[in-house]
Amino acid sequence: MKESVSLTWRRIPERYRILGTVCKNCDAYFFPLRQVCPKCRRKGRIEPHKFSGRGTVYSFTEIHSGPAGFESQVPYVMAIVELEEGPRCTGQVVDAKLEDVKIGDPVEAVFRQIQVDGDEGLIHYGFKFRKVKQ
Amino acid sequence: MGMRKVAIIGAGMTKFGEHWDRGFRDLVIEAGIKAIEDAKLTGNEISAGYVGTMAPGSLVGQEHAGALIADYMGLNPVPITRVEGACASGSLALRQGMMAVASGMHDIVVVGGVEKMTDLSTADVSEILGGAGDQEWELFNGITFPGLYAMMARRYMHEYGAGPEMLAAAAVKNHRNGAMNPYAQFQKEITLTDVLNSKTVADPLKVLDCSPITDGAAAVVLAPLDKAKDYMKNPVEIVASAQASGTLALHDRPTLSGIPAAQIAAQKAYAQAGMAPQDIDVAEVHDCFTIAELMAIEDLGFFPRGEGGKATLEGKTAIGNGRVVAVNTSGGLKAAGHPVGATGIKQAVEITWQLRGQAGKRQVPDAEIGLSHNVGGSGATAVVHIYRKVGA
Repeated sequence: MKESVSLTWRRIPERYRILGTVCKNCDAYFFPLRQVCPKCRRKGRIEPHKFSGRGTVYSFTEIHSGPAGFESQVPYVMAIVELEEGPRCTGQVVDAKLEDVKIGDPVEAVFRQIQVDGDEGLIHYGFKFRKVKQ
Repeated sequence: MGMRKVAIIGAGMTKFGEHWDRGFRDLVIEAGIKAIEDAKLTGNEISAGYVGTMAPGSLVGQEHAGALIADYMGLNPVPITRVEGACASGSLALRQGMMAVASGMHDIVVVGGVEKMTDLSTADVSEILGGAGDQEWELFNGITFPGLYAMMARRYMHEYGAGPEMLAAAAVKNHRNGAMNPYAQFQKEITLTDVLNSKTVADPLKVLDCSPITDGAAAVVLAPLDKAKDYMKNPVEIVASAQASGTLALHDRPTLSGIPAAQIAAQKAYAQAGMAPQDIDVAEVHDCFTIAELMAIEDLGFFPRGEGGKATLEGKTAIGNGRVVAVNTSGGLKAAGHPVGATGIKQAVEITWQLRGQAGKRQVPDAEIGLSHNVGGSGATAVVHIYRKVGA
């Protein structure tokens, strides 16, 4: 989807720095950030938290038919990564082919270009993951 | 609770497929008229309507679908309300209609579902359907809907040792059923080899693991059960309607090898109906991808966790097996097609025909109890309805 400047700009802290939140009442971590703790609800105490970006592959796929903005990248590997603080998120796995990735592989977040809106549009940045050598 | 019992007294649908010559309003009006004629109404009896449609604003530039339909159905000033829950929009409309009749607010209510999808390119449609997921945290990063279900399939295969042939078996069975359904988009049988050798879309899912892009509409007419026999000699009672929500993003779920919201909706529906999974004779489940059918038949309690794949491969969900339950007699989303907003109502139409003994070559012998299972997105909305042949 073509994103407007403000739409992508307001997510910069989360997308560039893996900034989420934590509920100080129950110690649950949220990335992407949540303003309401689903467990504590109104008793929750939400504070910002910067995630380490380290985690493990929980599931993965290789996309052969990509959405608009990703056509030139296919095939590429996508994963749901379980961050070491607990929450999971979805991101691309760079520098890896399908056969290189397994469930449980350790990965770390890296800052990358995500997509480009045509020849004259915005360039969107954010996080992807790469395998960590064991 | 003082609620009235509700019955379906009329059902109808368009053929599902590519309708190059027909637009959004043409499709939904055809389905609505068929349902109203099936109920032998003049039209004057209708006091409200609900329509499920996911994205007409994006797909054909038309919002305000309720007003459009009231107008072109010639029903003004009857109130018609659009509801949206991604691919579960149709079942949400059915549930709204059911609640309107059950509460006593309205007597005769028409409920429809519609989507007109083939006016845009496949890439554009895929992007619009992506809106059923988390735009900012899933789609932005490059995932697609086939990709999300592929990651469910990966976990399912990892946790239960299932093979790709178990997924493929759901597509083969649904195409066999679709070949007996004159309303289906694909009325052609396929083989396991066809599925396994088809092009990869999002590993491990192939093209033939995926439901197609489809135009179509379906409609039913609801009435209080105690008045239903005035209109229709063999009405079908809706004995349960349950809806549950789950996280919008797949990555936030505790499990990827089942859909928690669907499990909760199923449990609530069985409790409302006073029934158990083994009471169900025929079920329409949400097989947007083959893996979704395997998870559905486990989430609904037809099979223990991890055994849906093996059961499908062994033919236990085929029509006429007499062993468990016939699943997706219409051909499901895979073969009958998936005009997203219409799917939930198509499921209700198929179950109605099955319980009235009008399903032709795909009729499940002696079907008395039916179920529909409709999922929005990757599982953020789930709706389960249970139906009973009146007199059964």
